[in-house]
Amino acid sequence: MTWSHFTHDADIGLRGKGRTKAQAYEEIAMALTAAVTDVSQVRPRKGIRVHCTAPSDEVLLVDWLNALIYEMAVRKMLFCDFDVTLHDGELSAKITGEGVNRDRHQPAVEVKGATFTALNVQHTTDEWVVECVVDV
Amino acid sequence: MDTSSFDQLDANRWRIPPNGVMRAAAIIFADRNLIQDMDEKVREQICNVCRLPGIVGDALVMPDAHWGYGFPIGGVAAFDADAGGVISAGGVGFDISCGIRLLRTGLPYQSIEQVQKALADSLARSIPAGVGSTGAIRLSESEMDGMLLGGGRWAVSQGYGYAQDLERIEEQGCQAHADPTAVSARARRRQQDEMGTLGSGNHYLEVQRVSELFDEATAKVFGLAEDETVISIHCGSRGLGHQIGTEFLREMAISAADLGIDLPDRELACAPIHSDLGQRYIGAMRAGINCALANRQILTHLTRQVFSDFFPNTALEVVYDVSHNTCREEPHSINGETRNLYVHRKGATSAFGPGSTNVPLVFRKVGQPVIIGGSMGTSSYILAGTEQAETLSYSSACHGAGRAMSRHQALKKWSGRQIQDELAGKHIMIRSPSTRGIAEEAPGAYKDVTGVVDCAEHAGLARKVCRLRPMICIKG
Repeated sequence: MTWSHFTHDADIGLRGKGRTKAQAYEEIAMALTAAVTDVSQVRPRKGIRVHCTAPSDEVLLVDWLNALIYEMAVRKMLFCDFDVTLHDGELSAKITGEGVNRDRHQPAVEVKGATFTALNVQHTTDEWVVECVVDV
Repeated sequence: MDTSSFDQLDANRWRIPPNGVMRAAAIIFADRNLIQDMDEKVREQICNVCRLPGIVGDALVMPDAHWGYGFPIGGVAAFDADAGGVISAGGVGFDISCGIRLLRTGLPYQSIEQVQKALADSLARSIPAGVGSTGAIRLSESEMDGMLLGGGRWAVSQGYGYAQDLERIEEQGCQAHADPTAVSARARRRQQDEMGTLGSGNHYLEVQRVSELFDEATAKVFGLAEDETVISIHCGSRGLGHQIGTEFLREMAISAADLGIDLPDRELACAPIHSDLGQRYIGAMRAGINCALANRQILTHLTRQVFSDFFPNTALEVVYDVSHNTCREEPHSINGETRNLYVHRKGATSAFGPGSTNVPLVFRKVGQPVIIGGSMGTSSYILAGTEQAETLSYSSACHGAGRAMSRHQALKKWSGRQIQDELAGKHIMIRSPSTRGIAEEAPGAYKDVTGVVDCAEHAGLARKVCRLRPMICIKG
């Protein structure tokens, strides 16, 4: 299981990989947090639940990232732990993190939204790869 | 970018002829250096824009263009509602009505130098900036509706500024026909504590010196003089605009097929202007524009409060306020016929020339101020709109330097502390809650703004009036 970033001129490309699709969605969520701060600095202090439904895996990926962006924005939180369950176009997750601490987190950018650019949900022979560009 | 299939029209214009699926040609405004460095994705994205229904004339790319989502950043395209034209959430962007407001202080730059550190610290304390920051203003539902309808006018009515400020703001500070009912509860919630906040990323508040005049007469009309101090505020519609963009992008992408639109790229999500979805987006986007205008008005008020502590007898006057992520309904002359068009400007500013009724009376003889933001270590420029821009670009021009490298690359190359120290050596004080954010916004991560501005001038999009050099930069 891994996450990474890929290059996009002004914005940031996120990638998550996992043995299962749910794990890949969890990993890309970590990539989202890493776009803002050093994930090792975020502590799992408070958990909340997120739920999304969408007509396709790709739209569900956009919805998942946008749900996280929304919770980050309105709760002023950063998240470091993600427990995702996928079932028939529905995503349920428990996400855990803490309030933004500007001294410790040194948050670099605010993420505005997940785009449909370079959007990808792919199953290779041995893993799932999910990708999305977020606007910052 | 590979230009082998382009027609070079002159030193600063390249034409991509329409192929079978393109309904229009694309024109790229760039000199040879700029176009060579432009990402291939810019060509791909503007060619996709040319495929959208109801496009009128050419799709345009400004000299600072780079790879965006849907439209390239620096993309301009106009659509006729009565010819099946569309409105595109991806053609406006998430940060609806992101723009720059310029204030003049009348103070010589030496006055700032005497208090530079204290002023920088005070601005950093008083201007909410960066991730996790909040403003002091909380709006009730009815107050939120008032703000979404009234924009800058609402802010002035609440005591944030003066009526004369509104005379020097696009649309006189209020975008007409906004529809607050089209703005969701989630978008409102996202804005609940973000009124009067700067944001992060490339947003900033800069105290700048007018370091060079190119056109003294026009500068005088704008109220600008060499070696005086001005303030630029670059930000947009905050969480409310981001959420409007998020929701309508999704709805338009999913609904496109049902609306009979074959999207070449999902990110070009759009809807016919004459459709329920199109009208709802237009109403919500206009409310987003008003949110941005109100936000910049409140930030102006906060800036005035700080300056009054240091310079009690100084009035900060608005020079102009220009948005660069919008779609506006405007009359334009097409082959001698005046048509109302929906002009998308994504990372592009309006640049109306002398005589245009879109220009406030005070500037009408010389054209509107075109505000072009640079990076925190280089320069910004003030230009004036030209008459030629009406035929060249629907009276549009570039909006900034444009990024030359990704944030990831910048972070690998520089540290925030290093950038801060280097700029301090040039007497530019940076204040930011995030050193990583400073590294990602390093001046070297941007194109040479002077090259971009020179190209815009040589192409006839706008003409140079003066150059601004940063002294203090508050970053999110």
